[in-house]
Amino acid sequence: MRLRLVRENTSFDFFRFWRVTFGASALAVVASIVIFAVQGLNFGIDFRGGTTIRTDGAAEIDIAAWRAAIAPLGLGDVSITEVFDPGFEAGRHVAMVRVQAQEGAEATSPELIAAIETALRTIDPTLTFPAVESVGPKVSGELVTSALMAVGLSLLGVMAYIWVRFEWQFAVGAVVALIHDVVLTIGIFSLFQIRFDLAIIAALLTIIGYSINDTVVVFDRVRENLIRFKQRALTEVLNLSINDTMSRTLMTSGTTLLALVILLVLGGDVIRGFVFAMTWGIVVGTYSSVFVASQILVFLGVKRDWTKGGTAEGPSGTRFAGKDGTGA
Amino acid sequence: MLQIATWKRVLIWAVCAAGLWAAMPNLFYSRVEVHNDAAAAVAARGGDPTPAEAEAIARWPDLLPGTLVNLGLDLRGGAHLLAEVQLADVYAGRMDALWPEVRDALRAERAAIGSFNEGPSEPGTLRIALSNPEGMARALEIVQGMARPVVSLLGPSGNDLEVRAEGSEIIVTFSEAEQAATDERTMRQSLEIIRLRIDKVGTREPTIMRQGANRILIQVPGIGSAAELKALIGTTARLTFHPVVRTGVAGDAPGPRQIAVPASESAEIVYILEEMPVVTGNELTKALPAFDQNNRPAVEFRFNPTGARKFGDYTAANIGQPFAIVLDDEVISAPVIQSHIPGGSGIITGNFTVDGTTQLAAQLSAGALPARMEFLEERTIGPELGQDSIDAGRIAAVVSMLAVLVFMVASYGWFGVIANAALMLNIGLLFGMLSAIGATLTLPGIAGIVLTIGMAVDANVLVFERIREELKTARGPARAIELGYEKALSSIIDANLTTFLIAVILFAVGSGPVRGFSVTLGLGIFTSVFTAVFVTRLMVVTWFEWRRPKTLTV
Repeated sequence: MRLRLVRENTSFDFFRFWRVTFGASALAVVASIVIFAVQGLNFGIDFRGGTTIRTDGAAEIDIAAWRAAIAPLGLGDVSITEVFDPGFEAGRHVAMVRVQAQEGAEATSPELIAAIETALRTIDPTLTFPAVESVGPKVSGELVTSALMAVGLSLLGVMAYIWVRFEWQFAVGAVVALIHDVVLTIGIFSLFQIRFDLAIIAALLTIIGYSINDTVVVFDRVRENLIRFKQRALTEVLNLSINDTMSRTLMTSGTTLLALVILLVLGGDVIRGFVFAMTWGIVVGTYSSVFVASQILVFLGVKRDWTKGGTAEGPSGTRFAGKDGTGA
Repeated sequence: MLQIATWKRVLIWAVCAAGLWAAMPNLFYSRVEVHNDAAAAVAARGGDPTPAEAEAIARWPDLLPGTLVNLGLDLRGGAHLLAEVQLADVYAGRMDALWPEVRDALRAERAAIGSFNEGPSEPGTLRIALSNPEGMARALEIVQGMARPVVSLLGPSGNDLEVRAEGSEIIVTFSEAEQAATDERTMRQSLEIIRLRIDKVGTREPTIMRQGANRILIQVPGIGSAAELKALIGTTARLTFHPVVRTGVAGDAPGPRQIAVPASESAEIVYILEEMPVVTGNELTKALPAFDQNNRPAVEFRFNPTGARKFGDYTAANIGQPFAIVLDDEVISAPVIQSHIPGGSGIITGNFTVDGTTQLAAQLSAGALPARMEFLEERTIGPELGQDSIDAGRIAAVVSMLAVLVFMVASYGWFGVIANAALMLNIGLLFGMLSAIGATLTLPGIAGIVLTIGMAVDANVLVFERIREELKTARGPARAIELGYEKALSSIIDANLTTFLIAVILFAVGSGPVRGFSVTLGLGIFTSVFTAVFVTRLMVVTWFEWRRPKTLTV
């Protein structure tokens, strides 16, 4: 007996409740933007400069006492957060101390870091400091620019590729879905104030990559079915294509999510934010391939006659699949 | 129908075997690492291995591949610094040094020029205020006469000084060509000094890399903290020139007011030197690789005026005597004084190669860092944190791998087993490629591998789902398999090309951890497409030829 995530020959109507699904997506996007506008992101030192010190000790962390110990140093904005991980043995307490970038200096001076460490050791003499990272405002500014550039460039690149391989309506649908995924990810990071650093940008770009992967598989089938069923209504063809690929979509998302959830639980706290972004992005990305990207196609309509003119590549779907059994 | 030419079969299996062969040393990581370290140490020293080293080398046969995936700082622990070299400092210093020279030249013609003095100016610029405007033309001529041609790789490109009149002031700045040449030299010297200092500590595989016009990235695994690394780099080298009393062997006792200094090439040779240096590196203004009159590689150097006077007097009195150049308590060279050297510049000859003189010139100029460094980024990762991350990553990778394997078999039965074999092969190939290109594995890189495990099945899933569909309509299983692969290919290529596009953009724009991730992601796409399109297909076809099933269940 085989495990089937989807029954054979499904025929869901994915556009029947489009007001609900598309509305929910639109609402989520607006909500994300509002949340972001109101509380912003909890930027890590990569993006705003400053110093983080990871502490590891045996005593319970009393954040107020820690603050009091550091206060005399006059460092400005200091944040202390305890880190939890199922991998830590009992009685081990890990925290991240973040200090804002100091006036007139790029990276924080070793003396200052030593002073902070000494101050904290007065509370818990067993403390060790397994990681100290300091980024100056100059570099952090550049990192923001290059990160934005990376996201922008990938969106443009994806749009160009889809436009060339399909039609402009597909490109619009795919990119709207991608923006949807990115905005929703930023929204949840803002909502829960999860630390947003350079690694999260990498995660965002991976989400873009994954989501586009998903969208393209659906679109590929749409193109194929558009040729096969020239007379059927567009929503019908779209529904058929999504149903055809549903099993694959859930299988792939399933295995990837399986790997990611395990990494989320067992992978340690250092990359948890990164893995969380990826997990969330895959759920959202899978959803958006169907309910955003395809919905946009319904709105925009597509060219129905693929046989003459228009596309230079001839009957679609055959480009990489020659009669000689391409490849092997 | 389902035919794959024999040479293609051989090629596919050969590629797989080569990939796994290259990946294999990573299974014996610490063993191979010990072997490589010992072999490198022996090669660097050039002698016979010590018994301990011989034992370490014997732990891994030389015949087997020995390249490993490098572990990034976040996995191994160590310190990371991004330094910005303050290039403008150099101009300021040199301009300050230029003033006395200009002053002396103008003084000689005071009758024509009248009185003058140095006006207040921004660093790197010299302003000379003249009291008598009629002297301007002559003064300008004199100062312009002090400019020297700049020699760059592209040949002469103008003069080093730009001199112009502004009201009653003469303004002297360095020309663009000279600034470019100076910047380049400053960066090279800074890199060389940092490299020398870090090599002294002898840690494994430090990364010392120039980034952009004025930055240096320094990553040293295994060092305690960024502060320690900064202290190490910041220590100024002490360069001194001493009269040589005699040469001896290790253990020779120096006389009163003498010091014993070992030679840099061998600790066995010891120079007995007078304790008081004749001149010090603080008085050296320039050292460049050059050639002597017999066209042998040599190093040319120049002292500042005070250094030049001391050096001139000493060389005049000691022709034929050796003269030791001491850097950080080691004699790096002890040339014999050939002639009186009056002008404060001279040439060091010896048994040099061109590389040797380049390095020596850099070391000589490298007495101290040529410019201040500002640290833009400092990171310290403790080794225990790195080990925690490796352990966590390894457990996560193994567990998710097992989960995916079970899931695949449950979903696709025998075809799932084939996909699983391909998946494991895929991971092997990925490690093989990472090792072959000497990539560095970082924590996000491990996440990239785990993601690859999840996504690698995608291509196979696409194919299997397609075969299932074709089974409903096609004539027989062979045709269904063929059509499945054929029709899924377009989707596989489209889907993976777009993801690959993202990986390329990540690599081009990103830095540090993002880059590490993009490398594993990009290579992962390559290996997963290869295994799905070629390897599993070959496995399926081979199986089909063997069993010839009448019906097929995917």
